[in-house]
Amino acid sequence: MAECVQCGADVTLHDNAEVGEIVDCTTCGAELELVDQNPPVLDRAPELEEDWGE
Amino acid sequence: MKVGILYSRIRKDEKLLLNELRERGHDVVKIDVRKLNFGLSETPEVLGELDVVVDRCLATSRSVYATQFCEAYGVPVVNSPDTAQTCADKVQNSLALEGAGVPTPETKVAFTKDAAMEAIESFGYPCVLKPVVGSWGRLMAKIECESAAEAILEHKATLGHYEHKVFYVQEYVDKPGRDIRVLATDGEPVAAMVRSSDHWLTNAAKGAETDEFELDDEAKELVEKASDAVGGGLLGVDLMETDDGYTVHEVNHTVEFKSLNDAVETDVPATVVDWLEVKAGAKQEQEVFA
Ligand SMILES: [Zn+2]
Repeated sequence: MAECVQCGADVTLHDNAEVGEIVDCTTCGAELELVDQNPPVLDRAPELEEDWGE
Repeated sequence: MKVGILYSRIRKDEKLLLNELRERGHDVVKIDVRKLNFGLSETPEVLGELDVVVDRCLATSRSVYATQFCEAYGVPVVNSPDTAQTCADKVQNSLALEGAGVPTPETKVAFTKDAAMEAIESFGYPCVLKPVVGSWGRLMAKIECESAAEAILEHKATLGHYEHKVFYVQEYVDKPGRDIRVLATDGEPVAAMVRSSDHWLTNAAKGAETDEFELDDEAKELVEKASDAVGGGLLGVDLMETDDGYTVHEVNHTVEFKSLNDAVETDVPATVVDWLEVKAGAKQEQEVFA
């Protein structure tokens, strides 16, 4: 469990969540990035900046 | 082996790779490129001692530069910076394919609206305008008539980033509602799928339906040639079926494979890791003999 930086709601993380992984806040819809694991800390996910991926 | 993963986001694709590597007991070092800085000569500590580095950067600029630094430090990296550079840019991609004799859609590049309009008129309607850098079918336009062409060129010229002032115009390939995505390691197909959609863009990211696809000899040969043309590596080769056989649209270098993995019988991450093990092993052997 971690706190959404945008709305403060609790965000449930799955067991093998990984630093760098993106999760959505089900309360406010924000895209969040797991930046720390123990304890879990979420931050706003970086915006899509340029061309991503393929 | 000790594997470094260059990333700035862990998507399902990266997760599949990480899980497979860890399950096999490999030592995995996750390297967030946002936290690194790269000097010209001194290897950043985190990159030393790695048997192989896998570039999974999403942003093309990061991918292109980070891999160049790895190579400069003598750290083996897949894909290579040459491959990244060639695949990152549609113009270079097309030139490489054409130069290698791989059938690819007819393409013209122009730098001004007027010259682009001439290119469009030479293809007739419909034809396709693509950004030279980009992904997931974003900002691609199927141009159906002259007035649409004028409007799109005007928009690109006015609103676009400088890269959008390179106009990449391509013939419209009237594919049978689907295209083929092949994942290959140094030209050897791992698995392939068809992506079908009523929409003219059949990217999986656009919600196309996917299904496993059995490659025939002609397709296999083209995948190998296309892979060689861009310098090899772990690649996604996009083909379409035409009346005269296949045409290769592009080769992708930071390839996504989660939807492929769902669509096919092959264990895609396992096959990719098999290949990485060979890559890293080959490097260790070289050191022994050196
Ligand atoms: Zn929230």
